[in-house]
Amino acid sequence: MNPIKILKNGIIDENPTFVQAIGMCPTLGVTSSAINGIGMGLATTAVLIFANLFVSLLRKVIPDKVRIPCFIVVIATFVTIIEFLLKAYSPSLNASLGLYIPLIVVNCLILARAEAFASKNGPVAAVVDGVGMGLGFTLGLGILGLVREFIGSGTLFDITVLPEMFPRTLLFVMAPGAFFTLGILMAGFNYMKNKKKA
Amino acid sequence: MNLILIILAGIFVNNYVLAQFLGICPFLGVSKKVETATGMGVAVIFVMSLAAAVASLVYDLILVPLGIEYLYNIAFILVIASLVQFVEMFLKKAAPALYQALGVFLPLITTNCAVLGVAVLNMQTGYNFIESVISGFGGAAGFALAIILFAGIRERTEFNDTPKAFDGFPLALITAGLMSIAFLGFSGLIQL
Repeated sequence: MNPIKILKNGIIDENPTFVQAIGMCPTLGVTSSAINGIGMGLATTAVLIFANLFVSLLRKVIPDKVRIPCFIVVIATFVTIIEFLLKAYSPSLNASLGLYIPLIVVNCLILARAEAFASKNGPVAAVVDGVGMGLGFTLGLGILGLVREFIGSGTLFDITVLPEMFPRTLLFVMAPGAFFTLGILMAGFNYMKNKKKA
Repeated sequence: MNLILIILAGIFVNNYVLAQFLGICPFLGVSKKVETATGMGVAVIFVMSLAAAVASLVYDLILVPLGIEYLYNIAFILVIASLVQFVEMFLKKAAPALYQALGVFLPLITTNCAVLGVAVLNMQTGYNFIESVISGFGGAAGFALAIILFAGIRERTEFNDTPKAFDGFPLALITAGLMSIAFLGFSGLIQL
């Protein structure tokens, strides 16, 4: 497979958020603002790239029967490293993402890519796949964060864009808003897909 | 008294699914029928209480004395994964009837982030052993309540005439949003 195809596959054709609908917990949990969403997306991307690389390098060493526990240990190691890096260099982002950073371990997206792609392909392809899927995930979280932040607090990337005269719909930065926004965005994607087919 | 508050907070105020977005995958994945949702809910209650207990013991008795608290994430996920395996083998041998009912749900629970979430949250809040178990039980009961209610609603909306683009996930998400609004009514009920 050529690299561009793998990238496009991750970002558009099999977009983790809108098409595969996996990794839902952080998707809904941290997207109350665009910065949080993109930060979470990039943290996940970093873990995904390194986990894919190492799973791919170790794919001939790991016995088939215990592969899932091995994958989980590899993933958990990189999550711990990312957590320390965020704590040291970006304490504010770490504070707002909170619990969801250690929970990257159980993000089904990462385990799914390790199992479905990295354990069957060479290291270069695995890294490219990690970049593609990670960017697709970041894109999904970014869009969700932008929409929720704009409707909920009238800002984009913490800069006020909606004049004061428009009321803010606080509901959208709270829990129910996450479900509604993702539901409506997904319906939009489906609508476009159905139209393309017809 | 404090323990009762922890249970109530877990079920209603800080509901794992509807307020904290933990365990969304099984919540959306196995909620098409009330029957399977109930099975999943019971299995989660069982595993999550156990996992909270074991994780609390591992943290207090192994990680803290050795000064390796920073490895908590790796330790917890391994403990939970092996615990689930162990429970599965134990039930198969000791209680075949229960295994029949819960068996298919057990492997799925390893990737339920609510289970790891409760272990990490208990550690961050600094709960002791008993408080950890109670908080695990309360959180899981909240999960069970949410998924059973949700499945009840989905059974009714399944054959409704909805726009084609909304079929499946989008409609489920919007239903969950409405439930989440209802659960917002509980917020502020208990300050922990």
